[in-house]
Amino acid sequence: MSIVSQFPRFVAGSFRLVRRGNAAYWAWLAFLAVLIVSGALAFARQVSEGLVVTAMRDQVSWGFYIGNFTFLVGVAAAAVVLVIPAYIYDWKPIREIVIYGELLAVSAILMCLLFVLVDIGRPDRFWHLIPGLGHLNFPRSILAWDVLVLNIYFAINFVVATHILYRAFNGRHYDTRIVVPLVLLSIPMAVGIHTVTAFLFNGLAARPYWNSSILAPQFLASAFCSGPAILLILFQVLRRFTRFEIQDQAISKIAELMAYALFLNLFLHGAEAFKEYYSDTQHLLYTRYWFSGLGEHRTLVPYAWTAVALNLSAFLLFIIPAGRRHWVTLNLGCLATYAGCYIDKGMGLIIPGLTPDALGEIYEYVPSLTELRVAAGVFAVGFLVFTLMLKVAVPISLGEFQHEPDTGEAH
Amino acid sequence: MDPEKRPPPVSRRQFASVAAAAAAGFILTACGPKRLRELSRERLAALLEDLEKDYTKRFGTAVVVADTPPIEGVTFAYALDLSRCIGCRRCVYACVEENNQSRDPEVQWIRVLGMNKEKGIDFSESDPYYQPAEVPEEGHFYVPVACQQCRNAPCTKVCPTGATWTEPDGIVVIDYDWCVGCRYCMAACPYGARHFNWAEPTIPRDHLNTKTHYLGNRPRPKGVVEKCTFCIQRVRAGRYPACVEVCPVGARKFGNLLDPKSEIRYVIENKRVLVLKEELNTMPKFFYFYGT
Amino acid sequence: MRGLYVMALALALVASAAAPVALAQHPSPAPLPRAGPPPAEERVEVPPPPFTDGIFPCTSCHASLKVNRVRRPLADMHGDIVLTHDEQHRWCLDCHDPDNRDWLHLASGEKVPFEQSYLLCGQCHGEKLRDWRAGVHGRRTGEWNGHKGYLLCAHCHNPHQPRFRAVTPKPAPARPSAAK
Repeated sequence: MSIVSQFPRFVAGSFRLVRRGNAAYWAWLAFLAVLIVSGALAFARQVSEGLVVTAMRDQVSWGFYIGNFTFLVGVAAAAVVLVIPAYIYDWKPIREIVIYGELLAVSAILMCLLFVLVDIGRPDRFWHLIPGLGHLNFPRSILAWDVLVLNIYFAINFVVATHILYRAFNGRHYDTRIVVPLVLLSIPMAVGIHTVTAFLFNGLAARPYWNSSILAPQFLASAFCSGPAILLILFQVLRRFTRFEIQDQAISKIAELMAYALFLNLFLHGAEAFKEYYSDTQHLLYTRYWFSGLGEHRTLVPYAWTAVALNLSAFLLFIIPAGRRHWVTLNLGCLATYAGCYIDKGMGLIIPGLTPDALGEIYEYVPSLTELRVAAGVFAVGFLVFTLMLKVAVPISLGEFQHEPDTGEAH
Repeated sequence: MDPEKRPPPVSRRQFASVAAAAAAGFILTACGPKRLRELSRERLAALLEDLEKDYTKRFGTAVVVADTPPIEGVTFAYALDLSRCIGCRRCVYACVEENNQSRDPEVQWIRVLGMNKEKGIDFSESDPYYQPAEVPEEGHFYVPVACQQCRNAPCTKVCPTGATWTEPDGIVVIDYDWCVGCRYCMAACPYGARHFNWAEPTIPRDHLNTKTHYLGNRPRPKGVVEKCTFCIQRVRAGRYPACVEVCPVGARKFGNLLDPKSEIRYVIENKRVLVLKEELNTMPKFFYFYGT
Repeated sequence: MRGLYVMALALALVASAAAPVALAQHPSPAPLPRAGPPPAEERVEVPPPPFTDGIFPCTSCHASLKVNRVRRPLADMHGDIVLTHDEQHRWCLDCHDPDNRDWLHLASGEKVPFEQSYLLCGQCHGEKLRDWRAGVHGRRTGEWNGHKGYLLCAHCHNPHQPRFRAVTPKPAPARPSAAK
């Protein structure tokens, strides 16, 4: 029987798999559904009334949505951290779990695209960006580059992940002629999506806070912190609730990689802070708004120092080998990394970049309830997709869900 | 398309060919150029006619949407005399009226920055919200800022859909029907000159300026970006921008940069001239000068 | 060339006519009053001067009055005029022609009509006059590539108090938090 003819069976089996689960699973899905419905309602209101229901204004024209977008591009890029040792060094313990990195990348990119969609003023004109159908201002616009690389990266990860899983479902090893070149391509692509996303901000001379060549390396460094942080927590969850074996060795190796990335991230931040404060030019204004506030405008200051504290403590926890072996410190470190990078890369990047605005005005942006609801909805969509994909992928990689030539039955 | 032929009874075959032609037309339209920038003059004319009907219906008054083209040998430029401006904001409101900016939520293409003479031109010390009983205030000067019509425009470069570009006469324009509202251009603009329609723009019927240009002051939808176009509907017809005419102290100058006898050239050649944020190499065609 | 020649000839004629008297009174060369309006290129089309209603022609009163050249506060008429325009050194008749009140005169004594008062202003504010002619000083109306509308200095500046009076600014823009 050809592999293609197995496809309906694969789909039907997958469908059955996602419909099976314990109370916790259904509670989780229900929770996500609530967030999605709430987000959809908020988004519907945003579409009908306009972006005026957000806290964004001409002064701060990008906010929470673009902050989340930027952060999630980093998460998506992080799959590469796992891919590099798995495929280049053929390091077995990581290789087993790399598929989850790719699934995470797929969900993260999906969220990225959704965040762009909810941010634009005319989502009904989204097709204007599609080459051929619309007009993509390529290669002049870095946003055009970003649209391209994100979609290609999405496609690559989707193809690789589904190919590996589908082959496994059919009881076959994946086709190295397909997977290896794609994976090798996905490595520069992962670096590419994050570099291009950094350049998106970096290329704007109007915003000195972003117009620093350290931005792209710093984006990568923080991506290599936050992406694995999510995966490490995820692996422990999987290990606990499924039969999936993930070796401690793999987890601690990833944590070790994270420690180096955390150091690099802190170092690059420090280098930027040094340049700003020591040269003390007019451009210091934005960094000052982030770290110490300008006059009575101090909304972001607590976030700034929380992020510094979180990133520093995560680094200290992970640089000590014992710290990354003990599960309490490991998870604390992961949470700290995730939260630190989230603050740093989301609001900490976007808002000070636009405050004060180009004409010196300070508008203190704080996301509106609508923005929070829409963003929660987008995250819920991402988590839902990720959950469902895991629900299928885990049994496949455990060999529980497999096409059996005789009965054709999927367990 | 074939010229009209009309044999009286419509046969099935004819119907089929008409339907096929309509379908082909639809596909051509769908696949052909859609940005205003790429449209042929005929298609543009047809489109503008539709727009006129639309606006006329919506506002209950006859609206003209012109497509006056650029004039050969003309590059528009602007000069503003910082030693004269008294910060009265007459220009701001004349601009709103002329260019059909939304009254609620308020959109204003010109922002007048009140500045402290002791600090010089320092944006971080500026205040657009000054409201004393009388201007000019002691120790203050005023810097009105609108689109600087950069020759090296960061905004057009970044637009992902090519919905904003520089016209041959140097005016940076926006295709309101193509803009997706991503606001990347607003992040890229060093002058805060681009404004977003955060909600459905509202213009009272009796305040609508019915003489419009398709790249300028025609009514905009919500969710798109807009900005100063040097009053493209006026200047391409030889007139001065509204802000130039209304300025009570004559601080605003306008003309053809390529004409050696223009006011603009006189200012550049005879006065102390500056451009905002020169170090960014945006090369504005909006000059500030000291007339005295 | 020909214009210059005609002008020189006219000047020579005027000078020769005036010379004996002038020489008798002043050792220095006499001012050279110009015959007729100035050459066309000097004239700029402007709207009528902004006279107070019913005040012009001035000669309707002044023709019958004896010229009093003594500098003094004005009591009988024009009491509303406050001069804050180099008032230390100047007075009505430094600009208004004493012999024909419907005209102004330059420092040279040359008479200029109110329609060309810019020539009078330009004596001190030469740079402004030059900028104004170039279309750079003053309000601009008309067409940037066609007919340009000019205004007289006095349309914007009160000649007796040329400094602009402070004005009430139009409302400040709405704060970003105001949009709902």
